[in-house]
Amino acid sequence: MAFERRLLMRERGTGALEKFWLIPWTFVMLLSAVAAVGYVALYSAGGGSAEPYASKHLLRFGFGVVMMLSIGLMDIRVIARFAWVGWLGGVALLVLVALHGNVGKGAQRWIDIGPIQIQPSELMKIMLVLGLAAWFHRASWEKVGNLLFLIPPMVMVLIPVGLILKQPNLGTGLITALLGGAMFFAAGVRLWKFAVVAGLAGIAAPIAYDRLHDYQRARITTFLDPESDPLGAGYNIIQSKIALGSGGIWGKGFLQGTQGHLNFLPEKQTDFIFTMIAEEFGFAGAISVLALLALIVVFGFLVALRCRNQFGRLLAIGLATNFFLYVFVNVAMVTGSIPVGGVPLPLISHGGSAMLTAMLGFGLLMSVHVHRDVEFGGTRD
Amino acid sequence: MSKKEEERRRGAFTRRAVAMGLGQVGLFGFLGWRLHHLQVDEGERYATLAEENRISARLIAPPRGRVLDRNGLVVAANRLNWRVLLVAEQTQDVNATLETFSRIVPLADHERARVEREVRRRRRFVPAVVREFLTWDEMARIEMNAPDLPGISVDVGTTRLYPEAEHLAHIVGYVAPPAESDIDGDPLLELPGVRVGRAGIERYHDRLLRGRAGAVQLEVNAVGRVIRELDRREGVPGQDIQISVDAELQKAVRGKIEDGTSVVVMDVRNGEVLAMASQPSFDPNLFNSGVSTAQWREWTANRATPLIAKATNGLYAPGSTFKMVVASAALEAKVCTPGERVNCPGYFDLGDTRFHCWSRYGHGAVDMRSALKLSCDVYFYEMARRTGMDRMAAMANRYGLGVELDIELPGSRRGLVPTRAWRMAQGKAWNLGDTVVHGIGQGFYQLTPLALCTMAARLASGRALQPHLTRAIGGRTTRGGRPEDWPSMGLPDRDLRLMREGMFAVVNEEGGTARIARLPAGFGQMAGKTGTTQVRRVSREQRERGFRVETMPREWRPHALFVGFAPYDNPQYALSVVVEHGTSGAAAAGPLARDVMVEVITRMRGGSGPGQRVAEVPAPPAAAPSREEGG
Repeated sequence: MAFERRLLMRERGTGALEKFWLIPWTFVMLLSAVAAVGYVALYSAGGGSAEPYASKHLLRFGFGVVMMLSIGLMDIRVIARFAWVGWLGGVALLVLVALHGNVGKGAQRWIDIGPIQIQPSELMKIMLVLGLAAWFHRASWEKVGNLLFLIPPMVMVLIPVGLILKQPNLGTGLITALLGGAMFFAAGVRLWKFAVVAGLAGIAAPIAYDRLHDYQRARITTFLDPESDPLGAGYNIIQSKIALGSGGIWGKGFLQGTQGHLNFLPEKQTDFIFTMIAEEFGFAGAISVLALLALIVVFGFLVALRCRNQFGRLLAIGLATNFFLYVFVNVAMVTGSIPVGGVPLPLISHGGSAMLTAMLGFGLLMSVHVHRDVEFGGTRD
Repeated sequence: MSKKEEERRRGAFTRRAVAMGLGQVGLFGFLGWRLHHLQVDEGERYATLAEENRISARLIAPPRGRVLDRNGLVVAANRLNWRVLLVAEQTQDVNATLETFSRIVPLADHERARVEREVRRRRRFVPAVVREFLTWDEMARIEMNAPDLPGISVDVGTTRLYPEAEHLAHIVGYVAPPAESDIDGDPLLELPGVRVGRAGIERYHDRLLRGRAGAVQLEVNAVGRVIRELDRREGVPGQDIQISVDAELQKAVRGKIEDGTSVVVMDVRNGEVLAMASQPSFDPNLFNSGVSTAQWREWTANRATPLIAKATNGLYAPGSTFKMVVASAALEAKVCTPGERVNCPGYFDLGDTRFHCWSRYGHGAVDMRSALKLSCDVYFYEMARRTGMDRMAAMANRYGLGVELDIELPGSRRGLVPTRAWRMAQGKAWNLGDTVVHGIGQGFYQLTPLALCTMAARLASGRALQPHLTRAIGGRTTRGGRPEDWPSMGLPDRDLRLMREGMFAVVNEEGGTARIARLPAGFGQMAGKTGTTQVRRVSREQRERGFRVETMPREWRPHALFVGFAPYDNPQYALSVVVEHGTSGAAAAGPLARDVMVEVITRMRGGSGPGQRVAEVPAPPAAAPSREEGG
């Protein structure tokens, strides 16, 4: 305790005002730029009108910024202490959605909380990162090598993943598992253990495929050969690729996208918003947006590398990876690189739940950045 | 944890974080490469689409819903229309194409200017109409020269046809090409040759009639020839609207009336409008291809205003037809009993102003029933004095006068029943003398024939009916077709029965003012009320000189009105007749009302009354004609 207290003396900016100056304002501007891209794209998706998507998007982002800044000013130690509450809450919501959730697209995924709908599986990813970061925060390099020490975090990953797969939501379940794996990797789990898990997964995959729902199998088969069923399940991928391809280098121009505006593009305001951008603004526009999104990820990594406490490091890298997975899966999906998975593009797609979780993540990232010089507790040995 | 251990842990973290970061940046690189592949190279798989073919998406217009009369007769149909389209993105040079085209089929300068404007306004893949209503000869010439006309194609669209022409123009309305202000985000409106409803039912139900645009996705080569159809989304055809008007009845009624006359016939059981005729009218078919300036000038210069439906937009004082409202108001206010007699010496004195009865000899002592029968003015002067304007106006509103009616004709007038507050708002005082004059339906009133007919229908049924035209949408009956759909007016039966008796006496009893309107034997009995409203005030001097209305110029003569319903013992139809400058309600409007009612009863006997099911709707013509690409 005495050691901890001594460290507390060293930290910079304990008052709210000093912390306020430590907030990375350039990063806030970067986020705003991406949200502005979202506004423009949703304006187009709304048929050249701020209604019904774009104006709401702006409102949600504004609300999200306030939330993000408030979380950013929260003490990182308080967050670390109560991380397990977050994890438990996330799991509780997953259980709740399994019991009372609304069925959407053949699966129970949504839950109504007052006027808003949330998707607990999205929230869970952030809570998982929090929980794992708190767990590994206590571990020295040697301790991470201990297999017994790894059993609780394994359980922490497997419970939510199991609940999500049960919804059933294959895509999100796999992404959550992948995120957990990334956290293990960053925490220093030995590489041979990953090799063992990968081997086991290779053996289990054919068995799992047997147990998949028909629509999930259809997704995988149409991914492998989209033209096999051009008006059925392969429709989305083909239409999206036609839209992308026809955008060319410079695009068809704002509001001029034929695919989007003639409704050939499915769910253009949510999952396929990137296609809409790529069709109207071409390769130049699409690559620029991609670069902005990559900058956000890079920022997350820089925060992680700069941080002087293990909890902050793991939290930052986990959140950055979570954001990366969203972007990658979404863009890979619309370019026909991986099977369609119903993953929105954060900060750009229409949808309150996705915006809320994204901003929650950035808020935590911000707290890590603000408290980067705080050093606090390791293992109690 | 020792410092050394912390250093070790951080070092390990940094190595792994860098590895992960590089991995993720690499995957971003993969996405960028993938985009480059799809968008810039367009890949091996898209080689054909990239080099000489492309995907072209076109909208297909759904057929506009038709309008049917109550018997299923089509009163607004779709007709084929061969036309020439130009798709800007399929030609190198729009002007050159138009130049070549005008050598084959001459194009006037203003037509060309219009096409160029349209091309500029629309997206490049949306075709613009170059010429409509092609003849076979023109079509053949265009097809023959097709190779020299990139971007030009001939296709068949539809245009509106109104078989009943001017007979239903004021009800069905008309369509016209959308103006800038009509563009409301519906992609359908960008299609060539699409029409939107501009008046009447066509405008009121425009959204339903329009349907939703479908789209096809075609693989086309550089000159626009279709290689194959990739995908097709059918649009939703517009819904057929069945209106309550009987087209044959409407024609028959219109045959009986002259310029300046309007007639409204309603079903008193449910408020359906069976006929609504105003003379003169216009041919709505002329709006299809754009009305010529000369035609437009002719319509607007005509003092009889053919474009304006007098039945819903003509404003008249109700005259004596208003007396039932005054009587109702007096009874409700309990300022008199039905049996109370008022003495009529032929005039009514209020202070030093004298108001005359229409009969200069007076009617003697009259009770309410005989006051209605004889249309005694003095009795109603007295009732108005006792009741007061505001209570009369409130009662008038309950009868559907001076309030917004739910008729599906955009732009219909609301009319006006004055109140003290209304007059105050103009900065003028309301005098008792004004009240007295308004007791016989003269003064500031501005009422439409439709409102008067609504009054008669409400009086006959006791229900707060709303006049309406829509009977069924897309084959499904709309609400309001049954009497139970309408709430009661909330007037005591006793009062209503008394009004009806008075109106019965007007037409059927010795001494009634409109005995001429009696129905022939076998048609039941009609109850009604005449009205004559002054257009110009008759001065005392004229009156004393024994002035005769026949000597006045026509446009100074009073309007003649009649409202009524039939059969008396089981009311089914209500009507209102307004003959502009008809001189006398009894002489001009009464006989016309009788003839119209006979016509209504004759036609409706065969029966398409309210209990009847909606007429079988014939199947719409073959779905949207698919586009044939000339190439």
